[in-house]
Amino acid sequence: MARRETPEINAGSMADIAFLLLIFFLVTTTMNVDSGISKKLSEKPPADYVPPVIKEKNIFEVNINRNNELLVEGERMNVKELKDAAVKFIDNGGGEGKIEDGVSTGPCDYCKGERSINSSDHPNKAIISVQSDRGTDYGTYIIVQNELLKAYTDLRNRLSQERYRMSFTELEKAYSDDKNNEELKKKVEDIKLAYPQIISDAEPTSAN
Amino acid sequence: MSKFKKRKKGIPAVNTAALPDIVFMLLFFFMVTTTMRETSLQIDTPALPSATEVKKLEHKSLVSTIYIGKAKDEKYGVGYNKIQLNDKIASSDQVPAFIINARTKVSDAEVPFMTTSIKADKQSSVGTIIDIRLKLRDVNALKVSYSTNTGSDIK
Repeated sequence: MARRETPEINAGSMADIAFLLLIFFLVTTTMNVDSGISKKLSEKPPADYVPPVIKEKNIFEVNINRNNELLVEGERMNVKELKDAAVKFIDNGGGEGKIEDGVSTGPCDYCKGERSINSSDHPNKAIISVQSDRGTDYGTYIIVQNELLKAYTDLRNRLSQERYRMSFTELEKAYSDDKNNEELKKKVEDIKLAYPQIISDAEPTSAN
Repeated sequence: MSKFKKRKKGIPAVNTAALPDIVFMLLFFFMVTTTMRETSLQIDTPALPSATEVKKLEHKSLVSTIYIGKAKDEKYGVGYNKIQLNDKIASSDQVPAFIINARTKVSDAEVPFMTTSIKADKQSSVGTIIDIRLKLRDVNALKVSYSTNTGSDIK
């Protein structure tokens, strides 16, 4: 009977209340980080801008029509084959690289392509041009962009593996963990320069 | 014997007094990390496309989001090409004002790092995206991120 004489405040349900709140916040918490395909738009050209003349063979043309079908270099293609076709084009290395600050980058010595004279000269000259219809599905557009980026990633990984014994993905991750490491920065820039991503969006064909 | 008896009597119950403390600690953690959606969606939550070559968006404060999808309210019409800026359905003409407004909230030095995240539905058409892209280029907002899920869409 001694217990009844000194009653305590019953805190037993405190845990229940706290749990309830906990579960509410657990459910409403979104910790997902926003991720996506990042792209840098080209600057607005001045009114009197004359586009440079680019050789036909250095352009890889991808067309997507309003029925979400692909036309690559004038031929119909399944999206599954796009990556390999893009790799083949970028890695061709059939000629001299572009001239930067008066210094020629010379022929591509790390390319493993066919060195055909009918395909791109050098990865830094190879331009991928994507033209889509206004009525094309955004989903398809993203798939195509993604496949093209995959082609670059593959090539960069390969080169990075050869030069630095680690894939480019690992290299970039190591760099983002250690931003002040000049050596890593140089490696990343080197690979990026060897296979620059040049994907341009052509004016869309109009849908009525 | 008496010693043994005493011990048996005194077997303590598991002390649960600290349980609320633990739970509260977890609670505070989730309270602090929770981000409530700051804009209410006027369009159906877009079914984002999937991609594998994604980059994470850093610095949330430098990201302005444009939603594209199907309007919840039918008075805006059907179709997957409605644009939402802040919490209103808008047209692509209002994109520059939206970006300039977003710029006033950050310091000048950070403006070049601002990113526009486009959250568009898979079924939206590329034309809408291109309209927005042209407008973004007009105001020199050149960093764009097409928001996607991670995974592959190719069957």
